Amino acid sequence: MSQTMTDSTKIEISEKDQRWAKIKKYWYMITFIVPAVMLASAGLAVYTGNGAWFWSLVTVFYLIIPIVDTIVGEDPYNPTEEEEKELTENDAYYKRILYVATAGQWLALIATTYAVTQYQWTWYEILGAILSIGSLHAVGLTMSHELGHKIKDRGQVIAAQICSACCGYAHFNIEHNKGHHKDVATPNDPASSRMGESLYKFALRELPGAAHRGWELEAQRLKRLDKSFFSPSNELLQSMYVTILAYGLMTAIFGLMALPFLLVTAIYGMFQLTMANYIEHYGLLRQKLESGRFERCQPKHSWNNNFKATNLLTLHLQRHSDHHAHPTRSYQVLRDYPEAPQLPHGYPAMMALAMVPPAWRYVMDHRVVEWAEGDMSKVNIDPAHVDKMFARYHQPEASAA
Amino acid sequence: MSKYKCPDCDYVYDEREGCEHEGYPAGTRWENIPDSFPCPDCFVREKPDFEPLDEK
Repeated sequence: MSQTMTDSTKIEISEKDQRWAKIKKYWYMITFIVPAVMLASAGLAVYTGNGAWFWSLVTVFYLIIPIVDTIVGEDPYNPTEEEEKELTENDAYYKRILYVATAGQWLALIATTYAVTQYQWTWYEILGAILSIGSLHAVGLTMSHELGHKIKDRGQVIAAQICSACCGYAHFNIEHNKGHHKDVATPNDPASSRMGESLYKFALRELPGAAHRGWELEAQRLKRLDKSFFSPSNELLQSMYVTILAYGLMTAIFGLMALPFLLVTAIYGMFQLTMANYIEHYGLLRQKLESGRFERCQPKHSWNNNFKATNLLTLHLQRHSDHHAHPTRSYQVLRDYPEAPQLPHGYPAMMALAMVPPAWRYVMDHRVVEWAEGDMSKVNIDPAHVDKMFARYHQPEASAA
Repeated sequence: MSKYKCPDCDYVYDEREGCEHEGYPAGTRWENIPDSFPCPDCFVREKPDFEPLDEK
């Protein structure tokens, strides 16, 4: 483990990259663009009377950002051990960015709900608002994800609950830490996608599976504490109350139309997280050891991408291997593992691709086969597709020769 | 009373303190912690992976 760590920090860094390392700190604020675009577009829609503005954020997310990624390219910078120490010590700055962004998420949600419900719009203008809020929630859950891993810091844990509450995803943080991270890249994990499984089939397994696991884990913890499920210590209910209070207040103030809008956008926001889970571990499988336990999660068990723009926007979530190997590492110190499985593009573009299952399979299936060196017994395959996949791809001897 | 360290994130289970949040009160012996106990900080390593720490 520590071997890999030192190896990746030994790479020579050019002067240009050193300059980038110095200013990168400020570029994380790019994440504010998401709530800012949402706020500005809701304002412009109201001001101009043209609801096409509601389509802004979803367009930025799925079109502009992938184009920027293609132009700007990869992020060469990995912190050295010395820089890592400094980055960890100055944690307060990086934390503040997350707090401000969380406030921005809520502000953008409230402002858009106001704009949508208080004026007359056509159905496709409202659809634009729903899809854009979905993108807002996608980035919001990325924030919440980062905050929710800092179990030792009460402030960040509370901020994570408030951030998840934005789209009513109360069980996210518990389920993600105690469930997904523990079982990742095994058939037991509803949040790890299997080869041959379409995004939509995965969603029907992931959404209920993760919810069940999250609430179940909290119920078990409360039982050990000898507390009722409805006790104030239930961390999932705490987050749920924030959602009920906020959605209730908005419905009371903005009118009944606010509630269906908020609920539809929340469900779509959860589906955005499903998309992220879908692309992060597709087909990858940890092997079972003789002891009956699965081998520990290693860098090769996550799909990565190192594009600069999306790495800033997603708080290095795309440096997913390092994150899964060491989940408590803060976003500013996550490193790229060039030897780990690589996605051909950033998360937003890959999410768009996943929405078209044949296109996704065309791009990804051969990458999984190459990762497994033709040995399909090492792949996490959808049980409905096992025979077909083996017949088509299983050639372990060919790659061994 | 002994201590056990998570090999990934350096979390230490101290029998004297237990892990109250997860429902293991102070004084809970390591042998009474189930094998499925994940590190309450990083959640990627479990009880069998933990390393005993020598008392200083």
